[in-house]
Amino acid sequence: MSPEKGLRIRFRLERPDFALNVDLDLPTTGITVLYGASGSGKTSLLRCVAGLERPTDALIRVGPDVWQDDARGVCVPTWRRDLGYVFQEASLFEHLSVQENLGYGLKRSNKPGAAQALLGAIELLGIGHLTHRDPASLSGGERQRVAIARALANQPSLLLLDEPLASLDMARRQEILPWLEGMRDELRMPMLYVTHSADEVARLADQLVLLADGHVKAHGPAQEVLARVDSPVIVGEDAGVLLYGSVLRRDTPWHLSEVGFPGGALWVRDTHLAVGQRVRLRVLARDISITMHEMQDTSIQNHLKARVESIVDDVHPSQALVRLRCGQSILLARVTQRAVSTLNLSAGADVWAQIKSVAVIE
Amino acid sequence: MDFPWSHEAWDAIALTLELAAMTTVILLIVATPLAWWLSQTQSRWRAPISALATLPLVLPPSVLGFYLLVAMGPQGPLGQLTQALGWGVLSFTFTGLLIGSVIFSLPFAVQPVQHAFESMGRRPMEVAFTLRAGPWDAFFSVALPLARPGLITAAILSFSHTVGEFGVVLMIGGNIPGKTRVVSTQIYGHVEAMEYTQAHWLAGGMLVFSFVVLLVLSMMRKRAGRVLP
Repeated sequence: MSPEKGLRIRFRLERPDFALNVDLDLPTTGITVLYGASGSGKTSLLRCVAGLERPTDALIRVGPDVWQDDARGVCVPTWRRDLGYVFQEASLFEHLSVQENLGYGLKRSNKPGAAQALLGAIELLGIGHLTHRDPASLSGGERQRVAIARALANQPSLLLLDEPLASLDMARRQEILPWLEGMRDELRMPMLYVTHSADEVARLADQLVLLADGHVKAHGPAQEVLARVDSPVIVGEDAGVLLYGSVLRRDTPWHLSEVGFPGGALWVRDTHLAVGQRVRLRVLARDISITMHEMQDTSIQNHLKARVESIVDDVHPSQALVRLRCGQSILLARVTQRAVSTLNLSAGADVWAQIKSVAVIE
Repeated sequence: MDFPWSHEAWDAIALTLELAAMTTVILLIVATPLAWWLSQTQSRWRAPISALATLPLVLPPSVLGFYLLVAMGPQGPLGQLTQALGWGVLSFTFTGLLIGSVIFSLPFAVQPVQHAFESMGRRPMEVAFTLRAGPWDAFFSVALPLARPGLITAAILSFSHTVGEFGVVLMIGGNIPGKTRVVSTQIYGHVEAMEYTQAHWLAGGMLVFSFVVLLVLSMMRKRAGRVLP
């Protein structure tokens, strides 16, 4: 990564009851998800990047643009930073119509093609029919989509999203997630996305930054971070890995699809996926069991040949997390310590991974 | 002089309305930035300035009027200044009355506006900043429009409070017909002269005016949410 590329975020933020210490070097492509419990500093990190908080010892650079560099006494105010910000609760201006809200940033932007970008954002987020309405008359999901489109209209070089779905109920989240996935796939705009939802991590993350108590615990490509066992990353209920693959074929009579990924293929529920479509699979450690030979007479449909890379203790003393290499991919399996001992599992052992269930994410 | 709406009464009414209108305009210009500062600052000067701006609310008007009279008088600091600037002495003039009115009604303008700014929180301004609006731009395009109910309340309260003032007017303005005699002092004059009929007409007019103002305010409050502190 050359010095003018990527996203550099380094700063300290001291508050009476809280300290945030961050040093990150991130690529400026795709969605970087900031994940952590509430109070871990995710939102503060975003606010520091936006200039809404004033951290110290800071170096904040987006590509070639320096937003804050305390070593050189540079601090660009928020309104001169080329960013878009989507707040947790829909933050539309109540005294303006939806159309005026959408145009607010546009009027102040001197970018050529901004009007075109707004039209694109309105179409991308499906809010064309709302522009003449009053913000107060919109549903929570609609308001948040308008807020996202408003932020997109300026074609920012970095889009910051602070738990944009947190204030919405389950149904509204499912309504907005596809739009966010569409944004990730269609716009070449880097995004920092704050969430504490495992589902959103699995669906959206290209890069994953784990925050705990104001420190970065782990960061890197989402697939790698989730497959770590040295400090297993428990996202949501359970440890598990992400696999990126594409649909190989469909077994229509049985309503199954086969998804190939680097290192193997898995049968998953057929959710009307097209052959060739790219999908994400989330495989939880608790859904993988290990056998020494390929089992023939089992109801489990997915068997993968794998090699044990490492075995670590899990949170509960009866359990162990086994990291399995399967071609170029990594799987995590949760088994009992007794099974490790009985099967004489150790690094380098050739085994079969039986996978009970797989979640197809898109 | 039997007809209740005498020439003098009309003079007093006209002067009252002129004073109230000018006071309101000046107050909105002065109180809005002050209210904004009070709602945003974390300075240690906030508490004393806030107390100072609220003082006219609790001080007896005669006390306020007395100090203003002393300050504006030929020997007072304000009087010295206005004399040095060639404006003469302001006590017992309309300008002096206007200054007194502005100070006397200051809390009635500051408080609703400050409350409106505080209840909107920091978020709208932050949103504006992330949409390329600088502080001045964001203030005029977001904070001020959102504070509209507070500004309207401030204007109505300033206007009606000025119409109803008496003590300050008497102290600073005296009771000079056509120059500093307003409705409230006119009524006082009538009562002193035992002209109860004239006093009734003016006092009744004031009563109806005040009632209508409060009625309008309370109807506005129902429609526009909280506008009073």
